[in-house]
Parts: sequence; C-alpha cells; structure tokens
Amino acid sequence: MQRKNRLGRVYLVIVFLVLYLPILYLIYFSFSSGSTMNTFKNFTWANYRTLFADTRLIQIVLQTLLLALLSSLIATVVGTMGALGIAASKRTSTRNLMLSLNNVLMVSPDVIIGASFLILFTMLGISLGFGSVLASHIAFSIPIVVLMVLPRIQEMDHALIDAAYDLGASAPQVLNRVILPFITPGIVAGYFMAFTYSLDDFAVTFFVTGNGFATLSVEIYSRARQGISLEINALSALMFVFALLLVLIYFFIQVHQSNRTKRNKQKARNAA
Amino acid sequence: MNTTAKRIYYIPYMLWILLFVIAPVALIVYQSFFNLDHQATIQNYVTYLTSSTYLRMTLNSFWYAFLITLFTVLISYPAALFLNQLKHKDFWLLLIILPTWINLLLKAYAFIGIFAQNGSVNQFLGFIGIGPKQILFTDFSFIFVATYIEIPFMILPIYNAIAEIDPALLTASRDLGATNWQTLIRVILPLTRKGITAGVQAVFIPSLSLFMLTRLIGGNRVITLGTAIEEHFLTTMNWGMGSTIGVVLIIMMFISMALTGEHKRKRKEIDTGATKE
Repeated sequence: MQRKNRLGRVYLVIVFLVLYLPILYLIYFSFSSGSTMNTFKNFTWANYRTLFADTRLIQIVLQTLLLALLSSLIATVVGTMGALGIAASKRTSTRNLMLSLNNVLMVSPDVIIGASFLILFTMLGISLGFGSVLASHIAFSIPIVVLMVLPRIQEMDHALIDAAYDLGASAPQVLNRVILPFITPGIVAGYFMAFTYSLDDFAVTFFVTGNGFATLSVEIYSRARQGISLEINALSALMFVFALLLVLIYFFIQVHQSNRTKRNKQKARNAA
Repeated sequence: MNTTAKRIYYIPYMLWILLFVIAPVALIVYQSFFNLDHQATIQNYVTYLTSSTYLRMTLNSFWYAFLITLFTVLISYPAALFLNQLKHKDFWLLLIILPTWINLLLKAYAFIGIFAQNGSVNQFLGFIGIGPKQILFTDFSFIFVATYIEIPFMILPIYNAIAEIDPALLTASRDLGATNWQTLIRVILPLTRKGITAGVQAVFIPSLSLFMLTRLIGGNRVITLGTAIEEHFLTTMNWGMGSTIGVVLIIMMFISMALTGEHKRKRKEIDTGATKE
C-alpha cells in the first residue's frame, strides 16, 4: 500500500508538471529579451512595455471584456426568466421538452454553432460585427444560466410563495421580494459561468465576426499563425493571473454559498 | 397565479429557443440541399458519399478523435484515482481545473514554441544525442496537444464518480480477500463506468471539431470534420457542402449520445459540479 501511494504521488506530479509546464513556459519567456521561445536571453520588462503601448491590442482586450460583461448580463436576465418559465410549466412533458431544447447548444460542437449562426445572420441580413458576436455570445450563454438557476427554483418551498400571496402580495412583489432573493446564488453562478464562456470562446466568434471586430481569442489566433511574438507571452502571463483571480473569486462564492446553506440548515434545525 | 404575467416574461426565452436553437439547426439542414449556384439539389450528399476524399477525411477525423479520447482516458483514470487518495482533494482538483480557464489559443501557442524546430524539445533531443526532429505540424503533435487540452475534462467526471463510491464497498472487497488490483478491476472500474462515459462524451465530439489546433499545430496536414466545415464556410465559401458535413457531424453527435447514454452535459458544467462539492 505504501509503495503504491508513492507511485501514485510520482504519477500525479508528472500529470501536474505536464499540465502546467506549457503555461509556465509561456510566462517564463515573457521576461526574455530575445525574439523567440528557444533560448532565454536577458531579463527584461520590455515585452510588457510593448504590450501596454500596443493600443490595438489594449482596445481588443477592452472590447472582449465589454462583450463578456454585456452578453453575460443579458443572458442572465433571459435565462433566469426562462428558468422561471420552465419551472412554472405544469406538464412534465413540456418541461422535459424545454430542457432538451435548452441543452441543444450545450452539446453542439462550436463549429456547428458558429456555422449555423453565420447562416442565420446572413439570411436575416444582419451585418457581421459587434452586434452579431454579441447576439451569438448571449445565445450560447443562456442555457448554462438556465441550468444554474433552475435547481434553485426547484429547491424552493412552494409554501413560501403561497404564504406571500395569502398575505396579499401582488405577482411582481412575490417575484421581487420572495423568489428572486432566494434564487440569487444560482443567478450569480449563472452570470459567472456565462462570463467565462464568453471570454473563452474562439470558434463561434471566429465564424460570426466580420472584418471590423475582433476578440482576444481571434486576435491571438491570427497572430499565432504569423509566428512567435513575445508580446503574446506577456499577455498570456497577465491572463493567467486574471484566470487565477477568477477561479479564486468563484471558489470563494462557492464556499460562501455552501457555508450559508449549512448555516441556514443549522438555523432551521435549531428553530425546530 | 397570474398566467398572463407569466407568459410575458417567458417571451424572450421562447424567442431565443425559436431563433437560436430551432432556426439554426433547420437552416443548416436546409442549406445542405443547395449547391454553389443556389439551386436546390441533393448533389452535396451524393458528392460526400461517393468521394473517397470526404469519406477518408471522415474516417481520419474519427480515428484521431478516437485516439485522443483513448489517450485521455488512459492518462486521466489513474490520475483521478490517485487524486482521490490525497489529503486536500478539493484543492488539488481546483489545480486540475485551473488550466481549463486559460484560453485554449494561448495553450496552443505555447506548444508552437515548445515543439518548434529550435524549440525546447528539440534542444533536449539534440542534447541527449538523438538530434532535432520535425515535431510541429505532425500527427503526433496534433494528438499530443489535443490530449493535453482535453485531460482536465476527462479527469473531472471520473474523479466525481470515484469520490461517490461508498468506502465500505472497498473495505468489504479487501476483507473478502481481493487484492488491490482485483478491487480496482472488479469493484472500482464497474462503479465508475458512468464517469468514464460522461468524460468520453465531453471529449470525443469536441475532438472531431478542433479546427484551430489542426491549423496551428497540425499545420493543415491533419484535416478533421471541423477543419472541413471551417474551410467550406470561410475559405471556399461553399456553404452547401459545409452544411452537409455539418449535418453529418450532428448525426454523429446524436449517435454517440445515444450510444453513451442519457447524460447530456457540457464540459464547464461538469467543472462546476465538481467545485460545488
């Protein structure tokens, strides 16, 4: 058993090394003064200076963030309303049908989503650019919001809603004062997932973006096809730090949430 | 409850389903029946089914996706198993997930540097006396990088399946005289079949459509269904043929989903399922 454990440790160390080496490799060379990723010349901040002086790239970063914030916000609103609608439908068969339709975009390969959206926009006569990319990002983020919000709604005790109505609350009041506060953790998680979907996407954007608009992924793709530029390394180092921050935030949201549900359960038990 | 109010807030979502779920699928099927001159025809399907180029490409794509999935399972299963024996499991799992949050293009870009003619791997090969080899733009580099990218998506569902096993079963198996190996083969492996299936689903279909990797790492030598679709839509502008290949991919997706069972989940969702614990 002891020996097997040690073997396991060694195996895991190798897996972790393989997973992280490429990323660390990128970051390492972002501090090199050379022009290739072959040999490390001298330590320098020059690549970061070039990065911050590259107005085109900075603009694309800002565009990408704006796109992610906006698309995830709209997707969260529509998705939450959809989840409320699905939860409210009376027949199980309707609910299952809606859920299957909801999941179509979750299981489709990105190229299919991209190609079919491209046909859609062309048929509708929508010009390709920020608008079409925004619409696509909203579209592929909605299902994950629904999947995050729906379980919270189903967890909710229906007696709460009945009590609110009995006490004379109107439908909007019930929604604002009872339902929404209860499902907020699901909405936050949904927003967060939608945000990362948008930041991560390359394939769909690649299909539906025109000449005028680019996201970071599309820009990296076109630059990577031209060859190595250590400016991209500097960018990836910054993005790694950003991803690390996002993961930490997400982790804390989850921990906070599970603590709160634990506390609430404790409270309920104490009250009983 | 007020039914009209309910209908009103449901409208945007229903519109989304109509416009972005049903319409695109219908349109890609519709488009597949048109040729370059916008005439309705089944020529695209005839071409696809009779051309050895397309059929060979499809088979190749399948073969690559199969190899990628196989290697991912072989690497991920032991990793998930050992991860489950660690003390701070959740923390280590988070470290496995972290690379999936790094943009895929950046990871591909890193490998361009690592595998390049004068890159680190070749310097190492030169150092130990084998001498530099062409690594970038080969089948090997494509499969390696694709496997690298898919590993976390395979580890997660398997890890979750192993974590759900009742430890009493393992104790029982050992008490009844099974060796560690027997416990693994007879108890753990059958109990984690669902996790493997979920992982295979999360890896296989995306592996058929990784066109950016075939371009950046495979150097256009490797052509998958995804590459073919991208080529037809964005380069040769033959949308009809591109859609036909798209329809083939959709059909394969349904077949693989039917074969691997009821689970329909995307990769990121599995992530959250894991971190939620």
